[in-house]
Amino acid sequence: MPDVINTVLDVAPGDHLDRIRDSRPAAKENSQRTYDALFTPVDTADVTRVERLAVAAFVSRLHRQEELADHYAVALGAVDANLLALVVTQADAGLTTGPYGTYAETGLAAESSDGPRFAVSEEGALELGSRLSAALEHAHLLVFRPREASPEALQRLLDAGWSTTGVVTLSQLVAFLSYQIREVHGLRVLATTEA
Amino acid sequence: MTETTQTAETTETAGVAERAAERVTIHHDVAHPEAFTREPLGWLPWLTPLREDELTERHYEGLVEPARAKNDYFALLARDPEVLGARTRTDLDIFYNTDGGLPRAERELAAAATSRVNGCVFCASVHARLAVKESGRDADVDRLLADGVTTDLDPRWNAIVAASVALTATPPTFDGSHVRALREAGLADEEIVDVINGSAFFNWANRLMLSLGEPRLPRRRASA
Repeated sequence: MPDVINTVLDVAPGDHLDRIRDSRPAAKENSQRTYDALFTPVDTADVTRVERLAVAAFVSRLHRQEELADHYAVALGAVDANLLALVVTQADAGLTTGPYGTYAETGLAAESSDGPRFAVSEEGALELGSRLSAALEHAHLLVFRPREASPEALQRLLDAGWSTTGVVTLSQLVAFLSYQIREVHGLRVLATTEA
Repeated sequence: MTETTQTAETTETAGVAERAAERVTIHHDVAHPEAFTREPLGWLPWLTPLREDELTERHYEGLVEPARAKNDYFALLARDPEVLGARTRTDLDIFYNTDGGLPRAERELAAAATSRVNGCVFCASVHARLAVKESGRDADVDRLLADGVTTDLDPRWNAIVAASVALTATPPTFDGSHVRALREAGLADEEIVDVINGSAFFNWANRLMLSLGEPRLPRRRASA
């Protein structure tokens, strides 16, 4: 499959940015392999492909990273246009800036900061179902206030029908997207800042 | 023992293991770090890692190093072995490929600064130790942990920390001013990519470490 970071950045093989990325060839190759493993998985028993695309469309839109938000919106829209509309509505209701949150560590209490705790609307939950609603709420937690992650948050996923393996894949998905979005953002800024 | 009994026992055992895997573990009576620290910490999973007797070739391929089967964090992530394997190989190249690019110490600095902003006490402890090991600058690294990412280190380290912090914000605030500051501090574009890679990767790692388990202080020996 073509390298998705190069594709969304419109980088051709041999361009300055591509040559720089090639100085870390295994990182470049395995970033793509992670993408392939998440979106063309060998096993969809615990997380369906549509669920993966819905979370990706949500997380990329929360980051307001235009290239990847478009990429994942197109991919989700191609399989379920109605679901894309629902996810966009939820993401737009969840826009904020991070990271924030309350530290569990008492010595860091002075650094705790407050911010929104996103919940899918009642109407949204009816249409998305409990599994996907819980996934989007957890994704928002991981994107904006990862320091507030807790066993209780994982219990909410299990209660909504996620398996342990499914939670691992969902966590990898949100965490990988947090990386991929920053790669695209950072490389684009580097390429467009004149020497 | 009849065959029927054996089957019933096997089914019962499998059922117990299955239920144990589908629950959250809350750890009581654990000593937690109460601030950022360079002290070695443990990590306790909230979900059930795979046991060694559950691992197949597919899982070992994802673990990359077989010894990682004994580490709860990797044994938990091995539930999705293809993703774990690609994650680990990305990590190793970004941090340990010393064919050109940024000195190792400054890649670890980017990882520690990112972990400091996101609030991952466990990740910050590991990468603060590595930054000190590679640079010898224990006082500077300790100040980053104690005072936070706006502490004054030196122009080059300040530029690396500021770039990592800006890239870690959601949405990222990393812009041309950060690239110019890194270039003024003497970094070539091949080194700036290592800063971007190191910080971006810790936005991945922090979210796994923070959300699948918790740090713990090492048990003190009674004689210590």
